[in-house]
Amino acid sequence: MKILVCISNVPDTTTKITFTSNNTEFNTAGVQYILNPYDEIALSRAIELCEGGKGTVTVINVGEASTEPTIRKALAIGADDAVRINAAPRDAYFVAYQIAEYAKEQGFDMILAGRESIDHNGAQVPAMIAEFLDIPSISVIKKLDFDGSTATINREIEGGKEVVEVSAPFVASCAEGVAEWKIPNMRGIMSARTKPLQVIEAKNIDQLSAVEVYETPAPRSAVKMVDAADMTGLVNLLHTEAKVI
Amino acid sequence: MSVLVYVENVQGQFKKSAFEVVSYAKAIADQLNTNLVALSIGQTTNDELSNLGKYGASKVLNAGSLNAFDSQAYASVIAEASQKEGAEVVVMANSFSGKGLSPRVAVKLKAGLVAGAVELPQIAGGKFSVKKSAYSGKAFAQVSLSSAVKVIALNANAYQVKDGGSAASVADFQAANAVSKVKVKEVVRATDKISLPEAELVVSAGRGMKGPENWNLVENLADALGAATACSKPVSDAGWRPHEEHVGQTGIAVSPNLYIAIGISGAIQHLAGVSSSKTIVVINKDPEAPFFKVADYGIVGDAMEVLPKLTEAVKAYKGQS
Ligand SMILES: Cc1cc2nc3c(=O)[nH]c(=O)nc-3n(C[C@H](O)[C@H](O)[C@H](O)COP(=O)(O)OP(=O)(O)OC[C@H]3O[C@@H](n4cnc5c(N)ncnc54)[C@H](O)[C@@H]3O)c2cc1C
Ligand SMILES: Nc1ncnc2c1ncn2[C@@H]1O[C@H](COP(=O)(O)O)[C@@H](O)[C@H]1O
Repeated sequence: MKILVCISNVPDTTTKITFTSNNTEFNTAGVQYILNPYDEIALSRAIELCEGGKGTVTVINVGEASTEPTIRKALAIGADDAVRINAAPRDAYFVAYQIAEYAKEQGFDMILAGRESIDHNGAQVPAMIAEFLDIPSISVIKKLDFDGSTATINREIEGGKEVVEVSAPFVASCAEGVAEWKIPNMRGIMSARTKPLQVIEAKNIDQLSAVEVYETPAPRSAVKMVDAADMTGLVNLLHTEAKVI
Repeated sequence: MSVLVYVENVQGQFKKSAFEVVSYAKAIADQLNTNLVALSIGQTTNDELSNLGKYGASKVLNAGSLNAFDSQAYASVIAEASQKEGAEVVVMANSFSGKGLSPRVAVKLKAGLVAGAVELPQIAGGKFSVKKSAYSGKAFAQVSLSSAVKVIALNANAYQVKDGGSAASVADFQAANAVSKVKVKEVVRATDKISLPEAELVVSAGRGMKGPENWNLVENLADALGAATACSKPVSDAGWRPHEEHVGQTGIAVSPNLYIAIGISGAIQHLAGVSSSKTIVVINKDPEAPFFKVADYGIVGDAMEVLPKLTEAVKAYKGQS
């Protein structure tokens, strides 16, 4: 079995988001980068499925050399090898195209990704990869089993859950429930340094979207304190002032 | 030229988020001086379909024969209908299924995509840009699209339903290449529950509730309000509540009219997913809890005592109105 896991390099979840150059660029000063938490879930499940010599896990990232610590982290967690497409991600269309171009001749049984990257929050890349490859995609999955040819997947739908079956190859984007986060052990960290990391140049493709400007949410007005004994007063405020009930 | 809106039904019925996307798409059609065509996939009734006219659709296409949701098959129906109708803009909801669909439709149509739109597009001087939420709700980005066709997936609760139109004509639509490769084995629906991502009122609780045995206090308040329930991450990690209720940066992002946070400290990762709520009420026994900094109304007190009182007050208010 061969599994490809797409990993993105994102600002740590505690990052205060600010912008520079007239709000056209994300301010990277002092920002710590991490492996996108959902991608870690996808990676953990891929490793579980391949445990005991049942297969290999390759991780892929579209990014510049600065993402390599994150790629090494994925190798330390247990991926067998890694690919970096050497380019700054321009938009989801660009990223998905690069990954699809790499994957198309490699015979992966499945391509796993995170539900969304916590920076751009597009939730776009995985389904785009699937469309470029013309294979099925299942978004926001909660559980994944694979018998070597067919996967059984639980996914979230509006107001409920669904169990579906799909034959390999397919793309799935993973959410919580698929696996527990794995913490790399010392052996993993040591071996990560010597695992193969292949760097490939990006291919050309049209850019269809671009961020013009960013803004941060308007600050809220000062909090109004309500006495804990006066819940009728709170309900009145919600009705007459906030007009939400 | 036209605008096409894909309208999602839940068990044959259109819900509020469906009317939101139709109203939003109608406003775009007006901006572009063109018609709005709606597309429905899966079984519904004729009444449901023609009713979409009320929200601005002039024509409704009904691909009724396809049933179980598969993003690959659905995307090809949407792309085919868009091409047939000469759609310049394709709109859908940024829902669970919309998140699987819009990227595929965008690739098929070689269209730029804005997923998570929160406002109407700005269209001027040949430029087309749309504001979307980014960085897990910590920021917004104005994204410009340079492709001939544009795809927009609209966030829930971001655009107000507008009605006033009249019944639309309904036509059957047969797509040529829609083959589903995904087999649905089982569907579990929580019919009595209000769907969290699109709820207008949300009652959410954290570790301050001490344990799952106290959640009846939270549920009673939610029932009295007609609100959905949510929780912080440690609460679902501990198994007190299901993962589907976890909100925040690594959970569901919500933007209801009212978000009541009970016994939640207000960590940055939690705030990321809830800060675009219109009104925030915080109940916490610690006056220094960071959540108060982003609250509209704050109550310092013990949740175990405050919640029953608040529930009573809500019931009293509902009783008289
Ligand atoms: C990578 C990463 C991602 C994360 N993503 C998320 C996420 O998506 N969502 C999320 O929620 N968290 C997330 N977290 C966790 C986050 O950092 C906080 O730990 C979490 O939000 C705290 O949950 P809490 O407020 O319920 O618990 P606590 O921080 O323990 O706060 C409990 C609060 O309850 C109050 N309290 C106690 N007793 C009472 C009482 N009787 N009555 C009233 N108030 C009381 C206390 O004063 C306190 O403020 C993430 C963390 C990491 C590292
Ligand atoms: N630059 C990237 N390189 C590799 N995988 C990526 C990249 N960006 C996003 N992904 C994958 O696609 C998922 C969804 O990302 P997004 O569409 O940006 O929300 C992520 O969780 C990753 O698995």
